[in-house]
Amino acid sequence: MAVSTTAGPSASASELGSLFTTALLTLFIMVAGIVVSVAFAAGAYFLISLVLPAYKLIGAVAVMVLGVAACFGYFWGSNRILDTIYPASGANIAANLTKANAIRPWLFLGPAIVILTLYLVYPVINSIWLSFHGPTGQAWVGTSNYEWLAADDGFRESMRNNILWLIVVPAAATFFGLIAAALTDRIAWGNIAKSLIFMPMAISFVGASVIWKFIYDYRPPGTEQIGVLNAIVTSMGGEPQAWLTIPLWNNFFLMVVLIWIQTGFAMVILSAALRGIPEETIEAAIIDGASPFQIFYKIKVPQIWGTIAVVWTTITILVLKIFDIVLTMTNGQWGTQVLANYMFDWMFRGLDFGRASTIALIIMIMVVPIMIWNIREARKDMK
Amino acid sequence: MAGVLIKNIKKSYGATEVIHGIDLEIKTGEFVVFVGPSGCGKSTLLRMIAGLESITSGDMYIGEERVNDIPPSQRGIAMVFQSYALYPHMSVYDNMAFGMKIAKAPKAEIEKRVKAAAEILQLTPYLDRLPKALSGGQRQRVAIGRAIVRDPKVFLFDEPLSNLDAALRVATRIEIAKLKESMPESTMIYVTHDQVEAMTLADRIVVLSAGHIEQVGAPIELYEKPANLFVAQFIGSPAMNIQPAKIDKTGEKTTIRLGKTRADLPIPSPAEMAGKEVRLGVRPEDLTIATNGNGLFDGRVNIVESLGEVTNVYLDVENVPDPVIVKLPGVQRFNRGETVSLAADPGKLHLFNESGRSLLYLDGAQG
Amino acid sequence: MSTAVGKRPALVWAVNLTVLLLVVIWTVPTFGILISSLRDKDQIAVSGWWTALFPSEQNIVARTAPPADAVEEDGRWVLRGNVFEGGSGRISAFGVSIQRPSEFEPGTQAEMRGGGTLTVDKNGDYVLAFEEQPEGRRGERIFVTSLEPPKFTLDNYRTVLFSEGIGQSFINTLTVTIPATVIPILIAAYAAYALSWMQFPGRALLLATVVGLLVVPLQMSLIPLLRLYNDVGIGKSYIGIWLAHTGFGLPLAIYLLRNYIAGLPREIIESARVDGASDFEIFRKIVLPLSFPALASFAIFQFLWVWNDLLVATVFLGNNEEQLVMTGRLRELLGSRGGNWEILTASAFVAIVVPIIVFFALQRYLVRGLLAGSVKGG
Repeated sequence: MAVSTTAGPSASASELGSLFTTALLTLFIMVAGIVVSVAFAAGAYFLISLVLPAYKLIGAVAVMVLGVAACFGYFWGSNRILDTIYPASGANIAANLTKANAIRPWLFLGPAIVILTLYLVYPVINSIWLSFHGPTGQAWVGTSNYEWLAADDGFRESMRNNILWLIVVPAAATFFGLIAAALTDRIAWGNIAKSLIFMPMAISFVGASVIWKFIYDYRPPGTEQIGVLNAIVTSMGGEPQAWLTIPLWNNFFLMVVLIWIQTGFAMVILSAALRGIPEETIEAAIIDGASPFQIFYKIKVPQIWGTIAVVWTTITILVLKIFDIVLTMTNGQWGTQVLANYMFDWMFRGLDFGRASTIALIIMIMVVPIMIWNIREARKDMK
Repeated sequence: MAGVLIKNIKKSYGATEVIHGIDLEIKTGEFVVFVGPSGCGKSTLLRMIAGLESITSGDMYIGEERVNDIPPSQRGIAMVFQSYALYPHMSVYDNMAFGMKIAKAPKAEIEKRVKAAAEILQLTPYLDRLPKALSGGQRQRVAIGRAIVRDPKVFLFDEPLSNLDAALRVATRIEIAKLKESMPESTMIYVTHDQVEAMTLADRIVVLSAGHIEQVGAPIELYEKPANLFVAQFIGSPAMNIQPAKIDKTGEKTTIRLGKTRADLPIPSPAEMAGKEVRLGVRPEDLTIATNGNGLFDGRVNIVESLGEVTNVYLDVENVPDPVIVKLPGVQRFNRGETVSLAADPGKLHLFNESGRSLLYLDGAQG
Repeated sequence: MSTAVGKRPALVWAVNLTVLLLVVIWTVPTFGILISSLRDKDQIAVSGWWTALFPSEQNIVARTAPPADAVEEDGRWVLRGNVFEGGSGRISAFGVSIQRPSEFEPGTQAEMRGGGTLTVDKNGDYVLAFEEQPEGRRGERIFVTSLEPPKFTLDNYRTVLFSEGIGQSFINTLTVTIPATVIPILIAAYAAYALSWMQFPGRALLLATVVGLLVVPLQMSLIPLLRLYNDVGIGKSYIGIWLAHTGFGLPLAIYLLRNYIAGLPREIIESARVDGASDFEIFRKIVLPLSFPALASFAIFQFLWVWNDLLVATVFLGNNEEQLVMTGRLRELLGSRGGNWEILTASAFVAIVVPIIVFFALQRYLVRGLLAGSVKGG
């Protein structure tokens, strides 16, 4: 990484040579720093595990402390090595500083670049490769995984559901978030209300699934309903329903869980955006005789479109990856399959890495437009 | 202690050059002020002296040493920033001691120097406080104290007063002047856009515009003998009035014609200027109302601003596009539209050729 | 806004009611499992949790002490006792025949069919009086309608913590979460500093890459990493999952911290440079302490994310007692104990209580982090 990005296009041969040595030196210092600090930490861990009994929590704390120490040791050590090679004093101070300054950023960035490459960049490339291979990733199968996908009913169902999720969840969460943000800003106990609406953000998808499964609980007619939803339905004279098994509708009952979680997120962000609107524009509208609703829809909302878009896309990305809720509530039965869970299915139950990778790639492709948009926005910001 | 020598310094960001070859010598113990409109390059020049901006070409010496590639901390400079740049998470003491701690100076030495600096600046009671618990003026003093503790050869000030309110600005200005007096050997370089600060503090002022030096000189010299139109209009408030005139007679003294009137100016002019168009400059405070009818030119009163101590009168004058301003002492009354005749002491008039250069500096000297 | 004259009270009411409705909808589900987890397991199965909040009306049949035990008082033979037999409750009515179990108000006197009078007080104390000494070994039946106060118990928690493995899972989750929160912070902070305050070629490209990686779905990484781990021999280990969480958390960490660190005043950094601090010292002594709010924001994010994660743990950790995290356990319980709501609700509450505490204690930082991560582009 360091090697390829340091080289400018117009570097002459001698510049290239010195660049090459710089890059080599950078690499050397990085490796030396990592090896020394990791070796030190591993040694310390070994010693500690000799002395201390094998309580897991103590082990975890020890590893945590040592991991952080190793991290810090790397940064400290590699900088120290660099300063020893190019000291910022003596006769060559100017040249030394220039060289050290060319290397130092890469020492700071080193671990991040290595980990990002290993955990995010390499997997994308490897997944593409795997998608052309068989279940164990050995036999080349050409495009047959893609052909299978195109004809597969499970995939179609997942796509249909994912699209439903993509339409409903970001819209609903943003809508409720906007309403909650606009209303809580106007009342005295708004902050408490906000806290409570925001709270589901802290709850895991699995926890939320348990919570909502309890709400959707179904008992046969005639017995007392312990799920809130069926209790309400029966108290109004309706028939109790096994909500999670009603085709198509059950998707919406699953979506409710994510909307419930994400509304708080939308509310917090939109509330900050609403408060960022210049007060004068609102006062001008009041003087112009606008009603509170007109102020909201014609003055406030148009001024926060950018933030609404950000909230929307953030939730969209989350929805594309939605997995836990479906896995724990229905496991994709009764027509509720989604891409991420389908991929998980093929990975662990189907044991076909080729097909699973192909499904993962589909999710990736759906993310790409948002990725490009984000990068463009970020570049605009940094200018 | 050391001076600063700047030789043909240039600075470019990519393809755009912002400093176009500056030469300047600052002597040991001098207080030099860089002034100029915003974007003129004065801060960039200061930051190049500090080592916070790299030098594109040219040479920079502090004392005997060429410092182009020396890092800031080893140049023997200290800098006071516009926003004070105090470390918000450190006490006043730690703020002042930070540089010496980095340099691994002995603890006793650090304490001695910090205490001494705090004493000078009356900061001793606040040493344990965090910057956020200080007033603006106190923060400014901590920033100065931090510079003193470094015991630098050269002090650099980057618009240090512009974040203070008017009253505090005057008080701190006087304190900086006193500080300079107490450290006659220290060289100080001070950047400001406020000409009052420049006039009151400087031994010499460097006027910059668009990456060039316009004039270097003592404050009064700049006021009395501006080298060009830019300096003439930049120094002094309200700005100097400029109007077209024609040279009638050249020589030791120059006779100019201004509409129907003539005036003899004690400014020498070369023979080839005869008959040429020139620009006549006269400061608002040098104009008076001619009572005997033989004024230099006439003007029609447009706006009158009474400030109590002075009255500024804006007049429309034939052939002059901008209003001519007259600054008269005390409270004076005029009627709008009234025509008055204006006179001036010929010794206080300024002449500039069509390229804007003062006739006093035609030999190319910059003063 | 609030100071503007002519506010409409109806609108104010509508706003308050709407918010109240929202708050109720958003809190009731969680409240429901909290209440259920504290209920008796037999009651959970037969009545809705909301009924547990109010005293419930119950019909009890009590039996007095045997008439032979009656003692003489003022010329009458009296039996005294309490219908709740050691418990407590409030009587709303009582009766002496099964046909009319709530015929009498508490405190009134009822005639027994077999002779004698019965009085039952509100607190359940009864007095059965006979004119003559009664005989018999069987006590009389008393029918009472009682209002039982809500009854709560910690038994469910005792069960899940010590015999359902939730306690062990809690420790496993902690073991995963703490290192996986701390390690990325340090790595990201250094990278963010370099991206903010150091000059080097390719900086803009790197930044764009980080923004791009922000949205890469982690499903992409599962299979390649699983294969890689098996090849390298890390397999299913804590080291593996710490590094995985570090990798997945890094883009956001770098992005958040860079936004914050790049926003620190330039003059402070320069001042430190003039003071002779190297980049390493500037980072450690100036930038790190000043970035505390951003570090805290990300730490909370990462903590919540790792604590609540199911997917990464399922893929990179084993399914055994030693490694099963809380989310995984909860999912397993949903499968194996699907109907046992006392187990599920208590487990769920144990699983969500730590994040909720963190959430309420550090909400300020979380909100700040969200805003830094979202309003500006990302």
